[in-house]
Amino acid sequence: MRLSRDFRGTLVIAVCGLAFTLFAPEVLEFFTIITLSQVIGLAILALSLALVWGFGGILCFGQTAFFGLGAYAYAVTATNIGGSTGAILMAILVAAAFAAILGYFIFYGRVSDVYLAIITLTVALILYSLTRRTSGPEYKIGNALLGGFNGTAAPPLNLPGDAGTVLFPEDTFYVAMIALILAYVFCCWLVRTHFGRVCIAIRENETRAELLAYDIRLYKLGIFIIGAALAGLGGVFFCVGVSRVTPDVFSLSQAAVAIIWVIVGGRGTLIGPILATFALHYLTASLGSQALLNANLVLGTVLIVFVLLVPKGVVPSIIDLADIRRQRRVARSRERRLRLRRTRNGNETAGVGK
Amino acid sequence: MDLVVSLALQILYGIANLALISLGLAIIFGMMRVINLAHGEFLMLGGYTVVIATNNGVNIWIAMLVLAPLVVGVIGVVVERLLIRWLYGRMIDTLLATWGLSLLIIGLVTSIFGASTATTISPPLGVITIGSYTSSGYEMFLIVVTVLLLVAVYATLKLTTLGLVARGTMQNAEMSSALGVSTSRIYMITFGLGAAVTGLAGGLLAPITGILPTIGAVYIAKAFITVISGGMAILAGTATASALLGGVNGIVAFLTGPTLGEVALLVTAIILLRLMPRGITGTLFRKSL
Repeated sequence: MRLSRDFRGTLVIAVCGLAFTLFAPEVLEFFTIITLSQVIGLAILALSLALVWGFGGILCFGQTAFFGLGAYAYAVTATNIGGSTGAILMAILVAAAFAAILGYFIFYGRVSDVYLAIITLTVALILYSLTRRTSGPEYKIGNALLGGFNGTAAPPLNLPGDAGTVLFPEDTFYVAMIALILAYVFCCWLVRTHFGRVCIAIRENETRAELLAYDIRLYKLGIFIIGAALAGLGGVFFCVGVSRVTPDVFSLSQAAVAIIWVIVGGRGTLIGPILATFALHYLTASLGSQALLNANLVLGTVLIVFVLLVPKGVVPSIIDLADIRRQRRVARSRERRLRLRRTRNGNETAGVGK
Repeated sequence: MDLVVSLALQILYGIANLALISLGLAIIFGMMRVINLAHGEFLMLGGYTVVIATNNGVNIWIAMLVLAPLVVGVIGVVVERLLIRWLYGRMIDTLLATWGLSLLIIGLVTSIFGASTATTISPPLGVITIGSYTSSGYEMFLIVVTVLLLVAVYATLKLTTLGLVARGTMQNAEMSSALGVSTSRIYMITFGLGAAVTGLAGGLLAPITGILPTIGAVYIAKAFITVISGGMAILAGTATASALLGGVNGIVAFLTGPTLGEVALLVTAIILLRLMPRGITGTLFRKSL
């Protein structure tokens, strides 16, 4: 009963997303649509972190490592094979394979959560300094120059099997949006499967899950790899939206904003971080156009305020509030019913007495 | 022979550099179980203190050795009272809050001083010649300072009353507070001291690396990985992890160039943590400081 109600919520959100997909190009400006494709890539990154952190309990500070690897893998593969379909698969594969190797060392070494956070962050930062040093003609994979600080060009998407037909920005928006919706529904489905529930159980209490004979290392590795694959997919849409991929995808501030989206949207929900991505990206974009307040300053303040005052994030806080109000309403109506019954009973007894 | 000496000095400098940038972080992590993600920004603030002070006519040595630790130490105490104090025992929230602090400081410094500094300071010492090779005198100076700093921290922890109380708090905070120690004050002093050591490191490195609001990102990856690999023991952890990682980094960098040096450092650290998940001092030298 509860599950079906939850899943109905997922479907409602998915339908809302579809409606947005269809109407957005009618209402919004062309430039906004192009920017939105990037933001959708970032939203998929936030979704992947929401899954790994919020449901797997894995504090992955360097989720952008997989995001950036996906972006680089897409750009390099698409430049080399001249089509985007295989490149997208390659991006997902590279991100997942890298996560599998890194995750093996982390989870089978039983590295605890805080260490894990620092290690993943360090991996992202090392990739940052590594990709920044790749300027010069000797650093190339096939035909694709890595380009150091300036990054490398990311070819646009094309129709599957037909490399000549390049998608227009509006079509790219449709594809990205549908990918986001599918990814969201997939994550909602995943956390309700047996696998997902075991992951949540591990998040709640590792020792108890282990005593129930679940191999927590394997489950953690599993959800870590799935999250990385999603992040890689996000990287594809981000770099297609920007039409370039630079080392900045691995930077400290990029890793920080991903964490901020999840904190603000709320750990333990999937839609919260997606919405927070859109909202905060809009906020920083409008801040970027004025010189008074630095974007880092605002993001830092947002993070501190949320950790100190709203540690659950916006969406869970709203749900809590709604729950409290509903409980109050239920309690009030029950009280009214009781009072009614009592007065009726009182009348009856009074009648008998007559 | 000259090459060997020169290379050995270079590797030694790499090790000292790692120890220098990690020591402040290790003090705070070892004593308080708090990982300060604004560590890089504390280093950056130390550097800015030196640049601004020397531009205003302060002697560079006073600026580096006195002003930088003082200023950043005070900032550390303020941060501890305003932010960290509320989050003890919530390790993940401390991580997030200090990350917010890191962004906040970058934002503030960028707003005040601009995205880049026009003035830089040059290392105040000349070069040393070893046979046909030359080596920077300032780097030698940094090696000496790092050794002195490690000795000073050891002496503080081992010989002073403050060190004794601090070690007691580190081992069992409840027990020491039952014995009348104000643990809150110890935490404040520890955080301040850690910040001061970080500020000193930032000030000392400013002439070599130059100063930008985002310079912290250059250091923190290495500092984190050193502290995590070292484990809980402040001095033994920092020293062994710096020696191992700095050594690997130096040798690989000499053989293949700086790009792979950092990758080798990271790979070594990850394999090390697979073998010793609690860091070097979680498995070896467990009783050490």
